[in-house]
Amino acid sequence: MADLIKLTAAEIAAKIASGEVTAVEVTEAHLARIEAVDEKVHAFLHVDREGALAQARAVDEKKARGEKLGPLAGVPLALKDIFTTEGMPTTVGSKILEGWIPPYDATLTKRLKAADVVILGKTNMDEFAMGSSTENSAYGPTGNPWDLTRIPGGSGGGSSAALAAYEAPLAIGTDTGGSIRQPAAVTGTVGVKPTYGAVSRYGMVAFSSSLDQGGPCARTVLDAALLHEAIAGHDELDSTSIDAPVPAVVEAARNGDVRGMRIGVVKEFAGEGYQAGVMQRFNESVEVLRELGAEIVEISCPSFDKALAAYYLIAPSECSSNLARFDAMRYGLRVGDDGTKSAEDVTALTREAGFGDEVKRRIILGTYALSSGYYDAYYGSAQKVRTLITRDFEKAFEQVEVLISPTTPTTAFPIGERADDPMAMYLADLCTIPTNLAGNAAMSLPCGLAPEDGLPVGLQIIAPAMADDRLYKVGAAVEAAFTARWGHPLLEEAPAL
Amino acid sequence: MPGITREEVAHLARLARLELKDEELDHFAGQLDDIIGAVARVSEVADQDVPPTSHPLPLTNVMRADEVRPSLTPEQALSGAPAQEQQRFKVPQILGEE
Amino acid sequence: MTVTELVSYEDALATYDPVMGLEVHVELGTKTKMFCGCATTLGADANSQTCPTCLGLPGSLPVVNAIGIESAIKIGLALNCSIAEWCRFARKNYFYPDMPKNFQTSQYDEPIAFDGYLDVQLEDGEVFRVQIERAHMEEDTGKSTHVGGATGRIHGASHSLLDYNRAGIPLIEIVTKPIEGAGERAPEVAKAYVAELRELIKALNVSEARMEMGQMRCDVNLSLRPKGVEKFGTRSETKNVNSLRSVERAARFEIQRHAAVLSAGGTIIQETRHFHEEDGSTTAGRIKDNAEDYRYFPEPDLVPVAPAREWVEELRAALPELPRVRRNRLREEWGISAHDMQSILNAGAVDLITATVDAGADSASARKWWMGELARRANEDGVEPAALPITPEQVARITVLVAEGSLNDKLARQTIEGVLAGEGDPDTVVDKRGLKVVSDEGALGTAVDEAIEANAAIADKIRGGKVAAAGALVGAVMKATRGQADAARVRELILEKLGVEG
Ligand SMILES: [Mg+2]
Ligand SMILES: [Zn+2]
Repeated sequence: MADLIKLTAAEIAAKIASGEVTAVEVTEAHLARIEAVDEKVHAFLHVDREGALAQARAVDEKKARGEKLGPLAGVPLALKDIFTTEGMPTTVGSKILEGWIPPYDATLTKRLKAADVVILGKTNMDEFAMGSSTENSAYGPTGNPWDLTRIPGGSGGGSSAALAAYEAPLAIGTDTGGSIRQPAAVTGTVGVKPTYGAVSRYGMVAFSSSLDQGGPCARTVLDAALLHEAIAGHDELDSTSIDAPVPAVVEAARNGDVRGMRIGVVKEFAGEGYQAGVMQRFNESVEVLRELGAEIVEISCPSFDKALAAYYLIAPSECSSNLARFDAMRYGLRVGDDGTKSAEDVTALTREAGFGDEVKRRIILGTYALSSGYYDAYYGSAQKVRTLITRDFEKAFEQVEVLISPTTPTTAFPIGERADDPMAMYLADLCTIPTNLAGNAAMSLPCGLAPEDGLPVGLQIIAPAMADDRLYKVGAAVEAAFTARWGHPLLEEAPAL
Repeated sequence: MPGITREEVAHLARLARLELKDEELDHFAGQLDDIIGAVARVSEVADQDVPPTSHPLPLTNVMRADEVRPSLTPEQALSGAPAQEQQRFKVPQILGEE
Repeated sequence: MTVTELVSYEDALATYDPVMGLEVHVELGTKTKMFCGCATTLGADANSQTCPTCLGLPGSLPVVNAIGIESAIKIGLALNCSIAEWCRFARKNYFYPDMPKNFQTSQYDEPIAFDGYLDVQLEDGEVFRVQIERAHMEEDTGKSTHVGGATGRIHGASHSLLDYNRAGIPLIEIVTKPIEGAGERAPEVAKAYVAELRELIKALNVSEARMEMGQMRCDVNLSLRPKGVEKFGTRSETKNVNSLRSVERAARFEIQRHAAVLSAGGTIIQETRHFHEEDGSTTAGRIKDNAEDYRYFPEPDLVPVAPAREWVEELRAALPELPRVRRNRLREEWGISAHDMQSILNAGAVDLITATVDAGADSASARKWWMGELARRANEDGVEPAALPITPEQVARITVLVAEGSLNDKLARQTIEGVLAGEGDPDTVVDKRGLKVVSDEGALGTAVDEAIEANAAIADKIRGGKVAAAGALVGAVMKATRGQADAARVRELILEKLGVEG
């Protein structure tokens, strides 16, 4: 049984389809693993043992009836606690939603169920996806399986840690400024932020609507592609959903190849603040790509240096509005209703008690950026920066097919190190934010361990909007080359839990 | 670009319905002043003749037909209510407009 | 409730010049809400027409109702507005328990329709042009019931109960530019504008615009400036004035109140005011200081609306005849005075009369029944004439029966009574009740003979030349035939038999 948890999603699906194992066996193996290690890792906020086993049994029954199974049927998955799940708690890592049981499924939840993916439970995250370390969860931090005293990245630290700890072969994340890619980078796993609009946001609790995007997390590029295909596609319940065929990501992942491809290295993603070991592994990746037959071109994106500033105006502005609905009237926490206080006071007391510091900081910052007299200077200018960044990308993609960079400037930092230093924390998303602002697609995959601390380093691949398949094509080639070089997947080097 | 004062933070907190404690006000005012100092650099482009981007995708005219879809049942709608009465959400007294 | 000592209307107008701004919210009659597929049926069970989107549940998203957009464009076109080539929704951020997301999805600096006008005709026929600033799309709020206080008032209530069935119903907000130059007729212009707008909305078939049902709500902004001064004075905003009469009264009251404050050397506070139906007064609401900051920004969950020009032109071509034009045309066709037309309008009978004429009645008869017997019945029952259980086709059939002599007016009234009582269509009622005019000359002749015989003295008078006395014999015959005779024919027969020239 122990081996089942080390299998990839593709392998598990094949074994279930062939009858070598049952979905129930696979699910039980993962539930046992969660039982064994999650006390230390704290990747999950909620484990739905009964629900998962019921889903698994349904898959086995389908198989017994001779029905054709989908490519991920019976594969367990860890779902970020930001997607609504009918009948299962959804907290978004916040006290304000403690105990809330949504009366509806997110579109993504529905699609996972339709694909017969087994949902093990809901994973930990920075409150309302605001953060880069999962320390902002109201339910306590998650440990990085490589070193439990270090952060697993954020906001989707729970999902990536669950993968790295072999608690699930697949997970779902959301990426507003890097919340899929940065956790993937620091846990030695794969994470993809699809093109904005590729995966429905319906039922995904909003942080910053124009930036948020759900996406796949996995231990291999192919697994990510299989999950990508299962969750992407048009949704009439999301007005910003793309009404076009999903790029052939699985096919691309099965045919990794960079021969003759022009690949750009973003000049601006280097220098001060970048850890030496991170740059070393990144430079090796560039060499690997060259050896694999790619042509490497240096690209300059001069507006990227304002991306962080624009992001920390746009995201807080949208969140200040999106989070206004948490007012103690219709659902969630209610504090101070002693029969004498007004609704207005109860709302303010509840929000004070129910939101953590980072959420309050961003709400205030966003309220400020949108207020009359400041709008043009802050929000308005940030939206102009957004245009300039999009133009930088457009120019770059006239010259190259994909861009590459380190995913994060540093490896996983110790829990607590940046907890009350917002500006230091914000730097973790330096390389990932431009993609969210422009709406295009990007992936992070492991490219080695930093020599100085032995922690995973992520390589980021960036593709134009709607060219998500390129990520998989390049990613699969890099993954194959590195795995051959290391002789095994990188995660095998992680210490046993 | 000016920084942010404690009083401004208090005003913003009221607008955002956050009943901040005194020590929070002090703490946030300092941090927000730093953050605003850092993000204020976007105003370097304020005078540039660049259209703002509000939506990352160039989509327009996404509409749905005027056809009724199933609603939640009242029980589902009220399932998360902190308090309810007569199939309605029960909320503390509302101040202000009639 | 303290009422300010008012200045007389005449005195107020002698010193000051009123400037008005009217903001009208119209609830569209779409089948579903603006941003979700919930039904909009009136009177449904509390919270039975809600979904994650209109409850503002975490994770929910809006999708625009196509008919909502189409209706907004139609209204814009009918108001002679330009239609935006590209516009966005915006979030208006403020907290209120009846608003599930604590922001209203609305439009800000990019309304779908802008820069138009509406010509309104005052009762004496004068046409006044009201300039339209904009018409934009937004959504309604839920409904709160205040419990524990006196008469369901917000003040003194212990708590409130919220029903979100109305939350998210599409609204079009129509805002005028400042209305200047109406002088003493300002209240009348305000009323005529709202009345005309209501007719227009109904003609466009985008809403029933029933003010008593809250489907159309008006805010009256008013300020005074000393005569000859250009700069506007400080305005008050009287909210939710929900009948035509109230619009006029509210404007009138505010003119008198402002004048009183200003004449006493006081200053007008920029505030919202509540209108009181009972005595036509207004009282202070919330002060509009600058702390109010809605922090509008483009709604990121909805993509821009860019109505294709071909579509806009199609909608323009399909616009119905505008109510004022139609009214004037009908008035001419019917050959009636402006005053009579106004009465028909006030009675809500224009469309009924038109439909009755279309169904074969002559316009005079159609008017006669709808403005007479049927208006009386509607009034008695406290309903609009259109709500009476009789159709224009049925009324037309009755006028035809009268014209061909099968019914007289009295029988026609009884036929109407029967139709209203649910006894069937006019012909059925006539049959069942045996209401046909007695036109059998033999039977009628007998009745006339009997009447002459029984009233010999009167008959002699008639023979002697007192033709006017024939009325008494006609009455006797009508009585004998239970009213089912044609009175004119009876008179002819009497005079004939008595050998007198009529
Ligand atoms: Mg409005
Ligand atoms: Zn709804």
